[in-house]
Amino acid sequence: MNAGRHGQARAGWVMTGPALTAILVFFILPAAASLALSFTDFDIYALADTGNLRFVGLQNYERLLENPLFWKATTNSLLFVAIGTPFIVVLSLFAAMLVNSRWLAWRPLWRVALFAPYVTTLVATAVVWRYLLHTRYGLVNYLLSLVGAGPVDWLGSPTASLPAILLFVGWKSFGYNMIIFLAALQTVPRELEEAARIDGAGWFARLRHVTLPAIAPTVLLVSVLTVAAMFQLFTEPYVMTQGGPAQSTVTILYFMYEEGFKWWNLGSGAAVAFLLFLCILAVTLMQLRLAKRGGAI
Amino acid sequence: MMRRWTVTLLAAFVALVTIAPLLWMVSVSFMAPGEAARFPPPLLPENATLENYRQLFGTYGALRFLANSLLVSTLATTLALLFTVPAGYAFAKLRFRGRDATFRLLVAALVVPAQIGMLPLFLELKAMGLVNSYAGALVPWLAGIFGIFLVRQYCLSIPDEMLEAARIDGAGEGAILRRIVLPVLTPIIVTLALFVFLSSWNDFMWPLIILADQRLYTLPVALAALSREHVQDNELMMAGAVVTTLPVLILFLALQRFYLNGLLAGSVKG
Repeated sequence: MNAGRHGQARAGWVMTGPALTAILVFFILPAAASLALSFTDFDIYALADTGNLRFVGLQNYERLLENPLFWKATTNSLLFVAIGTPFIVVLSLFAAMLVNSRWLAWRPLWRVALFAPYVTTLVATAVVWRYLLHTRYGLVNYLLSLVGAGPVDWLGSPTASLPAILLFVGWKSFGYNMIIFLAALQTVPRELEEAARIDGAGWFARLRHVTLPAIAPTVLLVSVLTVAAMFQLFTEPYVMTQGGPAQSTVTILYFMYEEGFKWWNLGSGAAVAFLLFLCILAVTLMQLRLAKRGGAI
Repeated sequence: MMRRWTVTLLAAFVALVTIAPLLWMVSVSFMAPGEAARFPPPLLPENATLENYRQLFGTYGALRFLANSLLVSTLATTLALLFTVPAGYAFAKLRFRGRDATFRLLVAALVVPAQIGMLPLFLELKAMGLVNSYAGALVPWLAGIFGIFLVRQYCLSIPDEMLEAARIDGAGEGAILRRIVLPVLTPIIVTLALFVFLSSWNDFMWPLIILADQRLYTLPVALAALSREHVQDNELMMAGAVVTTLPVLILFLALQRFYLNGLLAGSVKG
């Protein structure tokens, strides 16, 4: 028995060792080094010869706070979070309620169809949507013209570009949240809703007083995940708008990419990365606190 | 009965709107160059042609990018499984000192987005001489905390008596993992393999950063580069999008049960 214990301990470290080493070397160490890097002036000269590297304290942060493009990127990302999160959560919840409806026939078919965009390649569907949103030939503007609206210069106007990208992001990602909501909805007893219906509660009243309270923790989970995803938008603006027009779709991550890998200001880029992490952490903690006060968890 | 039809029709309509962009992508990819630049936009090609695919594979060498993507995703999947499956099992079933504390640290680390460490990781790989190589592109897939998490969750349901019986019979821990645990884990291994294959296939930001040489590009990186040069060539771009996304879409449709079940195991119970 004693030998067995010992064998287990050794096997435990042998089996976890490779993964833990990889996580330490390729994930935790770089993340921590990001903070250290942000206090240096690491740039293209330091890349050639680390002798040019200097410790500059908070200078990178001070410069960022004076950089209008950084503020533009932060504002854009916060807009994506503020508009995108409720939009996507509501979209996903409605889709889940539709698929969960007890009158629905061929449920698995609709579930897969609605989920499909999530597994497609982001770059490929961004290219498709860039075309769908084309001002002159796009299908979206064609549909708008049928009801007498538009044409909207979706990706070419600074006011429409952000909603246009959100439309695409919503289409691409609602299926994932829908599956999570669906699992939660299936735990809500049908009798509860039935009782409310007999009491004369309308559709919206049942949603508000029966369904939502029952799935509140899932709503919180999905919102937290969506906020993090909204802060991490990069490929969408990179492919669809290249941050434009007039920098209206430069996100924090896009700014970090350009700072780090276009201009090779790695010190400054690391400072952006660290600030992004703080933003995500702050918003997530705020959500948790709100949820606690509301009694969701 | 009436209600049943209304709800089902509504669902069908929503599903059609959802997959319409994908159907249109396929349709336009078969149109002659310039055909799609019309108003109102044509829904089906007048004379379906393979010209765009011919151009894509002939002039732009898409076969090379397709092979690159296949290679990177296959290696990423294999390596991720080798690293995370034994670790997930050990965290669930083997008793060793520091296990629970280490696991709690891993869970806490899940809060940190991978992009935070991208710049230092780039410098680290540059020092190791792995920039502009497939090895550099594969590195993030070795450090899959989510995979460990998923496998551990699944292993918790394996009865201890089964393992104890094997130990009493004198089986070593490695043999127990190979002969007793792995067969039980097949569903979750398929799920995890599917997750990693699809995510590494679809991944864009990291390969964009680490692969500088055009000959090493994966499909998404090549497609993004191509789409910046050929903004007007809609039909060609749609063909590129089809080649990029169809393999993973088919893989998902074939194995969707594993994918959707795993998604729930990973996000809800976790």
